[in-house]
Amino acid sequence: MAEQDFPLIFELSQESRTGFSLPDLDVPEMDAEDMIGSSFVRNKAADLPEVSELQIMRHYTALSKRNHGVDSGFYPLGSCTMKYNPKMNEDVARLTGFSHIHPYQAPETVQGALHLLYDLQQSLVSITGMDTVTLQPAAGAHGEWTGLMMIRAYHEANGDYGRTKVIVPDSAHGTNPASATVAGFEAVTVKSDERGLVDLEDLRRVVDEQTAALMLTNPNTLGLFEEDIEEMAAVVHEAGGKLYYDGANLNAILGYARPGDMGFDVVHLNLHKTFTGPHGGGGPGSGPVGVTAELEPYLPKPILTKVDNQYQFDYDRPKSIGRVKPYYGNFGINVRAYTYIRTMGPEGLKKVSEYAVINANYMMRRLQEQYELPFDRHCKHEFILSGKRQKKLGVRTLDIAKRLLDFGYHPPTIYFPINVEEALMIEPTETESKETLDAFVEAMIQISNEAKDNPEIVQEAPHSTIVSRMDETQAARKPVLSYKKGEN
Amino acid sequence: MEFRYLPMTEQDKKDMLSRIGVQKSEELFSDIPENIRFKGNLDLKEPKNEFQLMNELTKMAQENVTLKSHTSFLGAGVYDHYIPSIVDHVISRSEFYTAYTPYQPEISQGELQAIFEFQTMICELTGMDVANSSMYDGGTALAEAVNLSAGQTKRKKVLVSKAIHPESLAVIHSYVKGPGVEVVEIDHKHGKTDLVQLESELDDNTASVVLQYPNFFGQIEPLDEVRKIVDTQKKAMMITSSNPLALGYLTPPGEFGADIVTGDAQVFGIPAQYGGPHCGYFATTKKLMRKVPGRLVGQTVDEEGRRGFVLTLQAREQHIRRDKATSNICSNQALNALASSVAMSSLGKQGLRKMSWMNIQKAAYMKKQLQLNNIEVVFDGAFFNELVVKLNHDIREVNRILLQKGIIGGYDLSQMDNSLQNHMLVAVTEIRTKEEIDQFVKEVGDIHG
Repeated sequence: MAEQDFPLIFELSQESRTGFSLPDLDVPEMDAEDMIGSSFVRNKAADLPEVSELQIMRHYTALSKRNHGVDSGFYPLGSCTMKYNPKMNEDVARLTGFSHIHPYQAPETVQGALHLLYDLQQSLVSITGMDTVTLQPAAGAHGEWTGLMMIRAYHEANGDYGRTKVIVPDSAHGTNPASATVAGFEAVTVKSDERGLVDLEDLRRVVDEQTAALMLTNPNTLGLFEEDIEEMAAVVHEAGGKLYYDGANLNAILGYARPGDMGFDVVHLNLHKTFTGPHGGGGPGSGPVGVTAELEPYLPKPILTKVDNQYQFDYDRPKSIGRVKPYYGNFGINVRAYTYIRTMGPEGLKKVSEYAVINANYMMRRLQEQYELPFDRHCKHEFILSGKRQKKLGVRTLDIAKRLLDFGYHPPTIYFPINVEEALMIEPTETESKETLDAFVEAMIQISNEAKDNPEIVQEAPHSTIVSRMDETQAARKPVLSYKKGEN
Repeated sequence: MEFRYLPMTEQDKKDMLSRIGVQKSEELFSDIPENIRFKGNLDLKEPKNEFQLMNELTKMAQENVTLKSHTSFLGAGVYDHYIPSIVDHVISRSEFYTAYTPYQPEISQGELQAIFEFQTMICELTGMDVANSSMYDGGTALAEAVNLSAGQTKRKKVLVSKAIHPESLAVIHSYVKGPGVEVVEIDHKHGKTDLVQLESELDDNTASVVLQYPNFFGQIEPLDEVRKIVDTQKKAMMITSSNPLALGYLTPPGEFGADIVTGDAQVFGIPAQYGGPHCGYFATTKKLMRKVPGRLVGQTVDEEGRRGFVLTLQAREQHIRRDKATSNICSNQALNALASSVAMSSLGKQGLRKMSWMNIQKAAYMKKQLQLNNIEVVFDGAFFNELVVKLNHDIREVNRILLQKGIIGGYDLSQMDNSLQNHMLVAVTEIRTKEEIDQFVKEVGDIHG
């Protein structure tokens, strides 16, 4: 540690200082070393920090100030739906009756919790237009894998072992092909056309008797609605494949369209996105999966049922893909999502999508003079700009992102989707005011002017953050992944 | 109805639609084909105001028996421990919980450093070189380890002890279907993994051997002997799942030569919350550093030479490797990893060892009292904070009676193994008092007869 460095908690440690208050040992002490056996007793205590409670609080308070969240400022990170995280949700999740219950308590002792889960399932059924929903998957990618395993089990149950391919658009989230691979499929890419939508011709070319499924986000990652969806569904279904819906972008269509009505067979949702999770600095999330009745037998075990007004789990599921996670999903996140849905109701959720879409289109139109707009049509909840023009001036999209930090904004998602050069993917969400959007637009316009008149100020950004750009090459070449006394 | 999360006024809407160049917002949805446009109302309950909804949900929560309203001896992978008040105060700092994955290091140093510290603490506890930023939970972390071992050794068989958590075992069975790995289950004998069977099943197609330490019954598996057996097959790995609290007192798996150590940090600062979210961890050797699933934070410097942290070794990660991925995990449990870091910092070097030691003491007292009351404690090996008793009655029935006495009884082991009818797995943590333990023994004794 050098003088200019912010200390690690280990560097605050002083021998024999304490920050804990454990219960007393009120039973007769026994010789633990003798009971355990000396070769199974640690000969050296784990070197954790020795700090007082105030030191801990100051340390983490200081760290929190070195971090930007939605509560700190605008966070238009495309594809991530960084909307406001209601405080009430946090309070509900912390109610003792929800936070301090054990997954192996007898179902009759946790009827309140099961009632909530059951209601949430039913709500998600209605929102997605699917026949049934499981709340077990821990996150979106986990839901993707769960859904694909169900599709796999479905084909295998039909004796259809030759369906080895999952088709994924070139604009897809990176998790889609990764999930397909991990589920034992080969990922095949289908191209986008000049509209930014899946190229129907190319889809017809890649779909065949080996097709297990097509994975699709709709609206897609360019923020555009796949308007040929019915025809795409027909192409895939006629070939015997299934349609998988990546629900990462559901925030655009609540109450306007439902994956079930579009012809999708399996859907996953990201409750930490559309349903105000929160994001937690990277998680935990929750990734429920909805399916049609045809795929219902393959749901992961157990499923939650209601019999004679009692909620219980059904483990007798012979065709199930098995367990995907211990216990019953990320309950704490599901409680937050449920609270949100109950706060908004049907009318509120529809307004969510309406306003999210208005906000995105408004920003897109205000920015299209300064930045290249690769797909000039109504967008849904997010839109893509390209930094091509600025690149010609020597200013990269990365520089634009870094310059936005000087204005107090979290930058948009950059260099994604990969089929757009120098992409900037902007998702304002419905919880931002027009004033915030206008201020951000002004900043983007200023940066575009700077790229022409004073490119250095953009290229050398950020100028106002607590640290400047990091040497990522060094981090990867000589990885230092933990603290070792005297070495960091 | 007013919607407090939606700031758009009628005037805003008018101005914005006009700037976009449309009359009505419906026009923005005109790309959704008529056929599939949803025209009804979503079948959801009508919205409630904050006060009323809070009342309703509070009542719903109050319908549940909780670990606070009753005295619990239930563990089996999820434990009720002392949680310092400071934990919730730190994780309630909304700069942490309203942020996402720290893609922009200049404005995410707080999160990145907190994760770096978490990684360090996990390395310290497990005795391993490298730990990642966290996984969904202990069960899926273990399953990821299994798949990693198969990918790394290019072998297609794993030997998994039946004395691991039954739901982790079930998750492993699901996870291996993709890569097509065969799981050979190794029986338990006297509460521990049958090493004779383990040795006989180990061959040159074995990618790894998987055990839990301490195991599902609370027993401490002899990792030294296991390592010797594993070493007879070059390349085969030893993978353990470990309650990290136990590692405050027990010799860490790293010292026995484990290749991958996984587990769940729920024991540090995370309430049971009906089984999730918890906080899986994943630790391994330097050799496997570049194969670790999930995200890793590394130290580096900025342009002025100041120490800083970034997400690193991203080339391994799913969003770049796409169709060459060996894992698809994208998020982590950052907020829960933060909770665990705060709890571990509070406990510190002395407190963590002491808390671990107290679990051993209280569970040992429980065993002694049970035996004094002629209740059979079935396994006699060294154990951490869980033990197995054999009663004369069905455990569900026993637990029903205990509940009336204000006690949440232990885990019914017949759920995992048919041969364990009338066997209960009892957990005793540091927060159980002598009085509560004595009462449990008395009540169980009364039922046992």
